[in-house]
Amino acid sequence: MRYSALKVLTQGLTGNKGWTPHWRDPEPKDEYDIVIIGGGGHGLSAAYYLAKNHGLTNIAVLEKGYIGGGNVGRNTTIVRANYFLPGNSEFYSHSLKLWEGLEADLNYNVMHSQRGLINLFHSDGQRDAFARRGNAMINQGDDAVLLDREGVRKHLPYLDFDNVRFPVYGGLLHPRGGSARHDAVAWGYARGADTRGVDLLQNCEVTGIDSKNGKVTGVQTTRGVIRAQKVAIVTAGRSGQVAAMAGMRLPVESHVLQAFVTEGLKPCIDHVVSFGMGHFYISQSDKGGLVFGGDLDFYASYAQRGNLPMKEHVMEAAMTLMPMIGKARVLRSWGGIMDMTPDGSPIIDKTHIDGLFIDCGWCYGGFKAVPASGYAYAHLIATGQPHETADKFRLDRFRTGHGLMDEEGTGSQHNLH
Amino acid sequence: MRITCPLCGDRDIREFSYRGAATDMDRPTADAGAEAWDDFVHNRENPAGPTRDLWYHEGGCSAWLVVDRNTISHEITATTLASKIKGAAK
Repeated sequence: MRYSALKVLTQGLTGNKGWTPHWRDPEPKDEYDIVIIGGGGHGLSAAYYLAKNHGLTNIAVLEKGYIGGGNVGRNTTIVRANYFLPGNSEFYSHSLKLWEGLEADLNYNVMHSQRGLINLFHSDGQRDAFARRGNAMINQGDDAVLLDREGVRKHLPYLDFDNVRFPVYGGLLHPRGGSARHDAVAWGYARGADTRGVDLLQNCEVTGIDSKNGKVTGVQTTRGVIRAQKVAIVTAGRSGQVAAMAGMRLPVESHVLQAFVTEGLKPCIDHVVSFGMGHFYISQSDKGGLVFGGDLDFYASYAQRGNLPMKEHVMEAAMTLMPMIGKARVLRSWGGIMDMTPDGSPIIDKTHIDGLFIDCGWCYGGFKAVPASGYAYAHLIATGQPHETADKFRLDRFRTGHGLMDEEGTGSQHNLH
Repeated sequence: MRITCPLCGDRDIREFSYRGAATDMDRPTADAGAEAWDDFVHNRENPAGPTRDLWYHEGGCSAWLVVDRNTISHEITATTLASKIKGAAK
């Protein structure tokens, strides 16, 4: 299915009866070269880059629900490259570059909008930390501008600058940061993979991973047995259950993260604004809804909904930062299941079983990583070697203690991220 | 979610802080070796369904509680003093 202005016009004049599905709905074959478990953003982009960069197309993506129905449709769509630590820094920098070329690459409007992201600070110490982070971002080749209080006021005049507890001292502006349309990202990658010959198998839940003599041989699914040379797990919050099918225990605890959207409003918030001290961030969708969220509920959960105390906390933080938001009405809220690692950084690696790979641990930052995670995962699956932008995302770093990437500096422990 | 503290009764979740899966109840010995300690510190069952958590009643009696909880429904089926379980194991 391709779009053009002419097609929109002719379809509009002929009752819109000629639109066809974006991708095929094939029957599972008995065998594929590569089976990807998980048809979310990361799985779809991995399939796309396996086909595009490595010429491998005898691939199935197995999705237990429907394409776009998991975390890729349950996030707050922030795209940024403002990481500090080596390992993360080059990876997210690569991801942002892929985002910038994504619409041309996929020939699909993912509504990537580089509206600028501002991280606010509220003390001298925090200013120093953000100055250092900004320098790290510039050294990586990305952009950062340290704004003082008046500089922030020019961008965000609606903030409560003189809040007693958190007066605004300034902010770190990341001009290339922004947002994108989450569903379109899933659909664009799905169509791109499908047109290159990848089978997207929906309503196909994996129930077992088969291996023989330490080598993976295929998967058991609700749509039958599928043999495969290589199997790639990329199932976000459900990573623990899928990995357990291969006898693995992961350094992952799944938590619920809530998000909220208001009714549609006229344009009033032009940037992505992050108020770290209040665990609050916000942007405005192109439909007009204010999309915002806070911190984890902080207990293990698969419920896809959170509890009221965190809702209250997020609303209070919103009112603290921008009292004007009190006029807006919340339309709905939802929860996504986050695969939290001890150090808050992800894993893209081989496993103890030959031909079985794992990509997980994206915590609450998986959306912006969709292009580069798939890119690096495809490279690992195709060549057996980690991609240079993701070679620090090792599974064994917790065991060895080498190469931990604790971006928040709170400690590498499960209940601290 | 509300947790029934065995000492204080039915309380709001905001009184409690979460430690994580109740692995601390089965701590390896000091000489158990690096593999056992790695597994204890980092790796988790991470079940979707019934689980056992450790919660600290920070805003109440300061007791550590073992909570039997369902991670899909958030239903809590049992709450026990950690000291009681630890004591029984000895």
